[in-house]
Amino acid sequence: MSLAAPTTPATPATPATPERTRPRAIGVLSATLALLRKDLLIEWRTRARLNAIIFFALATLLMFSFALGPDTKLLEKNAGGYYWLAILFASVLALGESFRVESENACLDGVRLAPADARAIFLSKALGNALLLTALGVILFPVMVGLYGVRIATSPVDLGIILVLGCLALSAPGTVYAAISSNARARDVLLPLLLFPLVIPALLSATKATTLVLQGDPMNQLNSWLGLLSGFNLIYWGVGFLLFPRIIED
Amino acid sequence: MGKFIKWGMLASGLVLLAVGWYLGLAWAPPDREMGDVQRIMYVHVPLQWMAMVAMTVNFVAAVAYLFKASWKWDSAAEASAEVGLVLGTAGMITGAIWGRPTWGVYWSWDPRLTTEAILLVTYTGYLVLRRFVEDPDKRATWSSVVAIIGAINLPIVWFSVRWWRSLHQVQSTPKTVDPEMVLTLRISAFGMLALAIYFMMVRYQQALAERRAEVALPEALGDAGLPPAHNSSKVA
Repeated sequence: MSLAAPTTPATPATPATPERTRPRAIGVLSATLALLRKDLLIEWRTRARLNAIIFFALATLLMFSFALGPDTKLLEKNAGGYYWLAILFASVLALGESFRVESENACLDGVRLAPADARAIFLSKALGNALLLTALGVILFPVMVGLYGVRIATSPVDLGIILVLGCLALSAPGTVYAAISSNARARDVLLPLLLFPLVIPALLSATKATTLVLQGDPMNQLNSWLGLLSGFNLIYWGVGFLLFPRIIED
Repeated sequence: MGKFIKWGMLASGLVLLAVGWYLGLAWAPPDREMGDVQRIMYVHVPLQWMAMVAMTVNFVAAVAYLFKASWKWDSAAEASAEVGLVLGTAGMITGAIWGRPTWGVYWSWDPRLTTEAILLVTYTGYLVLRRFVEDPDKRATWSSVVAIIGAINLPIVWFSVRWWRSLHQVQSTPKTVDPEMVLTLRISAFGMLALAIYFMMVRYQQALAERRAEVALPEALGDAGLPPAHNSSKVA
């Protein structure tokens, strides 16, 4: 599937001027939206990726309770950490898969040939991954309530903000690294090896913030963890946006 | 000239380290609280400083490669990352040896130690990536991007002792420690710097020779009419 098809105006049969034969350049935002729409459409039609990561994350949550035994107090205390670890492990699957779609039939070349900014590919992939992970987080939460017996102590809105910020934080560096590792040997080893050490600050702050939301925040620490998460997002979305065109160039 | 500098760095590094460590063991006073145990500082701190220097060189070389694609910058990046990783690992091991008698444990989850561990794993990932990509052009570009992203950890490691006041002491300054300690530490650090430069020069030459061999191969077969596979003009 190519980006060029739906967004490029059809070439007139007899062009009046040579300029009119050249496809019109597309802005970053509209190219991003077009690519995102394409990715979401593929995802919706197959639903393979979402189903896979949901079952993978559910299995991870279950495994934590098996590994630790039926200690409800311990599970409830550490629920925030398990929740984010499940999302992190599932994110490796989702990220790797997001570029596999493009490597079939050399689709990435088609997308790259479109007269659009290459950074739109980064934005659309990273946004798509963040959306997918956020959906996963929304689905996982009720399961966690059932399995670990957690309750929201402060506000569900806080939890939503943490979820969105955390998924954005995983997907920005993850998309850059997935683009690299999808073309390298041993890609399945490479992506977690590159990604896991990098996202530790994001994982730490998302986990701490989630734990505060679940268990109460008497010292009012939530905002500082959200600040760290936002800073992480700002840095890695910026770096990814700047450097991504260099990764996919030939 | 290059050879002279290289062997000069090795010789001066060994001499300075010998002098620095002798002074550290025999001349500098023992620490008020830790006693003789603190003398490992003259090994541990220079190792960590030079690891940071090497990783900073790696960052600069990576940025430079993205601006000016030259095998020299790529080789410099590879050389400095490897030297930085070795020095950082040695620094972490000496830190653990220091930690056991002073903190009671080899490893604590102190922010300095944790961020340093993250840094070392990041550079391991960087070097693994370099081994897993065969195309020299792609390898150089991708690893530059990974190096730039990984270098965001450097200031975090450096300032971690100030941001989170915890078990690890903050950086000592000449105002807070004995002049004899400062002088000994400086001599050891310059010795380690010379040695690190020597290591980087040796590794840089090897890496550059590897790149030349990689990109020259298709052209050596030029008589067979094969087009050159890679941009060998980058080998200046």
